[in-house]
Amino acid sequence: MILEMRDIVKEYTLGRTASRVLDHVNLTVEEGEYLAIMGPSGSGKTTLLNLIGCLDVPTSGSYVFAGRDVTKLSQKQLADLRNREIGFVFQFFYLLANMNAIENVALPLLYQGVHKKERMERAAEALRTVGLEDRMKYRPDQLSGGQSQRVAIARAIAARPRLLLADEPTGALDSQSGAQVMDIFDMLHRSGSSIVMITHDRNVAARADKIRTICDGVLAEEAVENE
Amino acid sequence: MLQNIALSFQGLWSHKLRSFLTMLGIIIGIASIITIVSTIKGTSEQIKENLIGAGNNVVTVRLTQDGNPLELSYMPLPGGVRPADEEVRAAVDQLPDVRESSLYRVRPYAGNIFWKNNAFSGDLYGVDLHYFPVNGYQVRLGRGFTERDFSEYRKAAILDARAASRLFEGENPLGMILEIQSEPYTVVGVVEKENKNAPAIETMQDYYLYADTSAGCVFVPEHAWNVLFRYDEPQMLAVRAEKTDDMARAGRDAADLLNKKLVSGGAVQYEAVNLLERASELEALAGSANTQLIWIAGISLLVGGIGVMNIMMVSVTERTREIGLKKALGARRTRILWQFLTEAAVLTSLGGIMGVAGGIGLAKMLSHVMSIPTAVSIPACLVAVAFSTVIGLFFGLVPAVKASKLNPIDALRRE
Ligand SMILES: Nc1ncnc2c1ncn2[C@@H]1O[C@H](COP(=O)(O)OP(=O)(O)OP(=O)(O)O)[C@@H](O)[C@H]1O
Ligand SMILES: [Mg+2]
Repeated sequence: MILEMRDIVKEYTLGRTASRVLDHVNLTVEEGEYLAIMGPSGSGKTTLLNLIGCLDVPTSGSYVFAGRDVTKLSQKQLADLRNREIGFVFQFFYLLANMNAIENVALPLLYQGVHKKERMERAAEALRTVGLEDRMKYRPDQLSGGQSQRVAIARAIAARPRLLLADEPTGALDSQSGAQVMDIFDMLHRSGSSIVMITHDRNVAARADKIRTICDGVLAEEAVENE
Repeated sequence: MLQNIALSFQGLWSHKLRSFLTMLGIIIGIASIITIVSTIKGTSEQIKENLIGAGNNVVTVRLTQDGNPLELSYMPLPGGVRPADEEVRAAVDQLPDVRESSLYRVRPYAGNIFWKNNAFSGDLYGVDLHYFPVNGYQVRLGRGFTERDFSEYRKAAILDARAASRLFEGENPLGMILEIQSEPYTVVGVVEKENKNAPAIETMQDYYLYADTSAGCVFVPEHAWNVLFRYDEPQMLAVRAEKTDDMARAGRDAADLLNKKLVSGGAVQYEAVNLLERASELEALAGSANTQLIWIAGISLLVGGIGVMNIMMVSVTERTREIGLKKALGARRTRILWQFLTEAAVLTSLGGIMGVAGGIGLAKMLSHVMSIPTAVSIPACLVAVAFSTVIGLFFGLVPAVKASKLNPIDALRRE
C-alpha cells in the first residue's frame, strides 16, 4: 500500500461561509495500481489530487503516505516528499520556458542535489523512455503540445517516484497525441509504476485498472474494476 | 549558486529594457558616488602634492621640547643631547625606507654676511656632503661641495640662485670672497632646486620661513659652524624617503634612532615634522563638503533600491506559476528565496558595475573639461559594487520572502 486516506475533509472558507469541497473521502492506492478518478467539473478532483500529492493539507482526516503521517510533516519535509516520492503531470504541462527539454526534466533531480553529470544522464534516460531522445535541446516553444506533455511525463518520472499523479494529462491535446500520451502511461504502468489519473474521458479512464467517481466532493466507495 | 547566477543573467537578459530601467537608479547613484569620491581623492592628492612635493619626499627631523619645536639657533645643544656625527647619519641611511639623509644646521636671517658693501640677510646653512642630493639641489654654476672641502677644512661657500642674484646683482659670483662672521669664504658654486615650480612647503625651514622675506640661502661646510658661531648648536636631519608614502615612517624611524643614540631621556626629543598630518587636515577640510554630496547620491541609491523591490514584486507575481511548479516538484522555500535574492543581487550588482564605469567616465570628463583634479580609487569602486550587491539583497528580501511563501496550489491555479 502506497497511501491511505481516511475521512479526509477539505473546506475552503470564503468570507464567513465554509464550503466543503471534499467530504469524508476514503482512498487507498496499492503498489503498482493504476487508478482513474472521474467526475464532473467542480466536483473536487483537482483538490483531491493536490491532497494526494502533498501540495495541500486536509482540513481534517488522516493521510498516510508510504508509512508517514503526512498531516504531521513540516513544509520542508513535504517538499522533500514531493521531490522524491511523487511525480506530477499537469493538464497544461507547465514546462519552464527558459530551459530546454532536458533541463526541465532534470529539475527534480537538481532539487535532490544530484550532480550535473548524473542528472543529465538520468534526464536523458527519462526522455528516451517517452521517445523524445531527439528533442533534448529543444525549448518548450519549439515543441508541440503532445511533445511538451511527454517532456512533462519524463520530468515526472526522472526521479523514479513511488507515485505518478496526472490531472487530465490529455485535456489539452488532440486525440492522436492524447493517445500517444496514454500509451506512455500504459507502458509505465506495465513496468510497475503506480498511477493516479484524473480524467473526463471515459476512453482514457478505461485504460486504468480501476475507476472511481467523485461527485460534489463525495468519492464513491465502490470502484469499477476494468478487466 | 553559480547556476543560479547564470539563470538570473538569462532572466534579466530576456527583459533587457526593463532590467536596464530598473538598474538606472542604482547606476546613477553609484556613478555619482564614484565621481564624488574621485574628486575628493583627486583634490586630496593635489593637496598632498602641493604640500609635500611629488617625488621630493624629504622629511625634516628636529629637536622638540614637550612636542614643540625647539628654538634652533643662537642656542647651545640642550643638556642630555649629544651632537650627531657621521656615524649616526650613516646609521639613519641604513633604515629601510630611507634613501639618504643629511645633517645640517641653519640660522635664519643670518646677519654678518657681506660682499664688498652689500650686506646679505638670508639663511645660513652648515651642511654635510649629502645635503644637496637629499634636498634636490643641482649645481647651476661652478661646483658643489667635495670631500676635500671637508677634509681640508676649506672655507668654501655655495649660494642658491636667489642669494647669488641679491648679493652679486648680475656679476659672476664664482671666485668672489664673501665675508661671513668676519671670516673670508670663497664662492665656489651656485645651486638651485631641481623642481622650479615646486611646492610651497618642503622642509621645516620653508614651512616657517618661506616667504618673499627670505633673501636666499648661503651654504658652508658644517665644520665651519663651530668656527663661525663658536658653540655646538642643535642639528637638524633631512631624510629623503624612498617613496612619498614612506615619508612618515622614515621620519619616525630616523627620529627614534637619533633619540636612542643621542638623547638620554627628558623633555627634549628628536621628532619628525609630519607634513602628512598637516596634509590630511587640509584633505579633511576639502573632503567634508563633498561628503555631504555622497548623502544626496545615497538617496538616489535608496530610490533605486525601492525600484528594484518594486520590479521584483512584479516579477514574483508574473512568475507565480513557475514558483508553484517548482514547489510542486519539491523545491524547498529556501531555494525559491535564494533564486529571487540572487536575481535582485545580480540586477543591482550589474547596475553597480555600470555605475562605477559611468562614474569613472564622468570623473575623467570632469577633470578634462573643467580641470577638476580627480583620481579613481580602486577600493572605492570595489566597495561601491559590493554595496550595490547588498542593496539588491536588502531590497530583494521582501519579494523573495513573498515568493518563497506562495502556496503551490494557488500558484498553479492562477492563470
Ligand atoms: N482555493 C480555493 N478557494 C475556494 N474554493 C476553491 C479553491 N480551490 C477550489 N475551490 C472550489 O472547490 C471546488 C472543486 O474544485 P476542483 O478544482 O477540485 O474541481 P475539479 O473537479 O478539478 O474541476 P475541473 O474538472 O473543472 O478541473 C470548486 O467548486 C472550486 O470552486
Ligand atoms: Mg481540475
